[in-house]
Amino acid sequence: MAISAASSDPTPLAPGAPRSGTTFLGLPTAPRGVGHLRGTQSFPDAARTALRDGQLRANLGRATTTIRGKRAAVVAEVPHWEQLRQAGKALKAATMARLDEHLEELERQVTARGGTVHWARDATEANRIVTGLVRATGSDEVVKVKSMATQEIGLNEALEAAGIEAIETDLAELIVQLGEDSPSHILVPAIHKNRSEIREIFSRTIPGVDPGLTDEPRQLAMAARTHLRERFLCARVAVSGANFAVAETGTLAVVESEGNGRMCLTLPQTLITVMGIEKVVPRWEDLGVFLQLLPRSSTGERMNPYTSLWAGVTPGDGPQDFHLVLLDNGRTAVLADEVGREALHCIRCSACLNVCPVYERAGGHAYGSVYPGPIGAVLSPQLTGVEDNASLPYASSLCGACYDVCPVAIDIPSILVHLRAEHVEAQTRPTAEAVAFRGLSRVMSNPRLWHLAQRAAGLGRFLARGRPTLPAALPPPASAWTRTRDLPTPPGRSFVQQWTEEHRS
Amino acid sequence: MRVALFATCLVDTMVPQVARATATLLERLGHEVVVPPTQACCGQMHVNTGYRREAVPIVANHVRAFTGAEAVVAPSGSCVASIHHQQAMVARRAGEHALADEAEALAARTYELSQFLVDVLGVVDVGAYYPHRVTYHPTCHSLRLLRVGDRPLQLLRAVRGLDLVELPGAESCCGFGGTFAVKNADTSTAMLTDKMANVLSTHAEVCTAGDSSCLMHIGGGLSRLRSGTRTVHLAEILASTEEHMSPTQTTAPAVPA
Repeated sequence: MAISAASSDPTPLAPGAPRSGTTFLGLPTAPRGVGHLRGTQSFPDAARTALRDGQLRANLGRATTTIRGKRAAVVAEVPHWEQLRQAGKALKAATMARLDEHLEELERQVTARGGTVHWARDATEANRIVTGLVRATGSDEVVKVKSMATQEIGLNEALEAAGIEAIETDLAELIVQLGEDSPSHILVPAIHKNRSEIREIFSRTIPGVDPGLTDEPRQLAMAARTHLRERFLCARVAVSGANFAVAETGTLAVVESEGNGRMCLTLPQTLITVMGIEKVVPRWEDLGVFLQLLPRSSTGERMNPYTSLWAGVTPGDGPQDFHLVLLDNGRTAVLADEVGREALHCIRCSACLNVCPVYERAGGHAYGSVYPGPIGAVLSPQLTGVEDNASLPYASSLCGACYDVCPVAIDIPSILVHLRAEHVEAQTRPTAEAVAFRGLSRVMSNPRLWHLAQRAAGLGRFLARGRPTLPAALPPPASAWTRTRDLPTPPGRSFVQQWTEEHRS
Repeated sequence: MRVALFATCLVDTMVPQVARATATLLERLGHEVVVPPTQACCGQMHVNTGYRREAVPIVANHVRAFTGAEAVVAPSGSCVASIHHQQAMVARRAGEHALADEAEALAARTYELSQFLVDVLGVVDVGAYYPHRVTYHPTCHSLRLLRVGDRPLQLLRAVRGLDLVELPGAESCCGFGGTFAVKNADTSTAMLTDKMANVLSTHAEVCTAGDSSCLMHIGGGLSRLRSGTRTVHLAEILASTEEHMSPTQTTAPAVPA
């Protein structure tokens, strides 16, 4: 028997629930008041300010154009890139389908190799675990490998509150930290700064820096190197994130360019790794796919300079105390959404940021989250609950450039559209927009009403008083268009009406 | 062939000459054009703004209007992409499986103009004459959702008198994005400004594309600046011929009224 077209889901669903037909009780999202997933302004408001910063626009335009070109060149030389990409997507989808089993296997393997695994439900819990572990060592400072997960949970602030200094060792993260700034890109956190701005930050903040420091990249790198080398040699505790974790071997992986990560991962006595639960891959051989996809998409290199792999502890070699903190912070809630869960496939390459025309102009800070750009616009609202980041799904023209470059083929535009609907459907009171769209839906599904509406729109031509365009001063929401763009004067009759009259016989 | 023309809501209401040009062109190529009078909208604006439930009756109206059509042609990459990628999806999500199946079947017979000309009719030289310097903007949905590739360029290269100039940064979005242009008006305008700078750098008289929505955006910006470059839909250029040249030789497309 055919299902009636008018039948609707019999079970009332919570906002954001998957339409699987069963009652969905909801899952915890990332808590408020901790971490960096929520901005203080909506995207349009934050972007308005950023768009007026000519220096920012120039810095971003130059940097994203360069990296786009590099990525395109190294991707083009891989003969089966599309198949590789689909393999990455399939591996991620299969992993997510049995995420619990892979995580438990990872825990067993890490433990068997002398590491300790901690499970953190959210940012607050993760910060508490890490702070406790550092305190137990008696150290009051940690060196950090560049990590998105620890930025997400605001670990540095939590450590600072406990009297522990966190030192960022990635060059760009160091620039951001010294400049008391916040990251604006996943891979290149200081992408919004140019060389002369970096020189100014170093001259002002690095103790004992050469007063004759110029903005020559090598000089800047050497100044940072001198500053950091001292910290590496005395650090007793390091904190890192992870790019991948192999369940079957308990291996953690960090890929980087500078070698500063390698210093942190090998020199200190204690290593604490904070990892989002979605970073696990089942098998060692899965790394073969991702280690090809990631550097080409990310830095535009065939291979990144440093790939560090470790499993548990090795007596007499490297950290003798290893802790792995598995972070949820809303990820299970994302996994529960049939459409949105694809966002968990992200391997943090940032190719989507570099091609995004919105990111290129508004910059990363406008997104208000450590995850900016297209992937941030689908990830942040899902981690926090869409109502806490409601403007982000709309921060895209749906041009699709992000989907084309994503190394694991995340259909970001479709998730954006899905999250817009989740936001609309979560409203308990009708908004003016909803009233208008519902009315328009009735009109556009009824030819008689549609023709009347078109005739009414045609009356707009009298506003133009014979000119080819309508006046620029129209009431909102039309003013949002006419402030910068002319609108053509609408014709008296639509094409369909003209044609129908001509062919009436 | 008997071709059903889907004018699209925006073209039909705001720039009917684009639908007229499409009909003129198809008739000149020897095909019968029918215009189903109950057509309205594909539903994309509702879906992309978050009103996927409200889009379902619009999809139902579209499917009803084009029932029985052998082939449907629309002068819009964006609307055709929505018909291909969204209509069945929103119907299915709403539990309307019969409608979803019908929408899917109709989508398989629905073509964007340049794809219909090149792939279905197998024609590249449509016999058009348009003696102007023209640059082509490949709109995002034609480019990335429909993958029309260089079909519009093949068609333009065959137009007599047309001087085709390459648009720098052609594949960058113009910033329209439907309600994005209003909800994020400042970012949209920033994107438009960079697009216009590239268009103006070509010194073209005309910027063309396969979507009236993007052209209304680019054209609205160019008009506000009082620039000499105007926007003309691909269909209007392809419909123009020597016989219909206007005596004043303006860039207005020569399409019989």
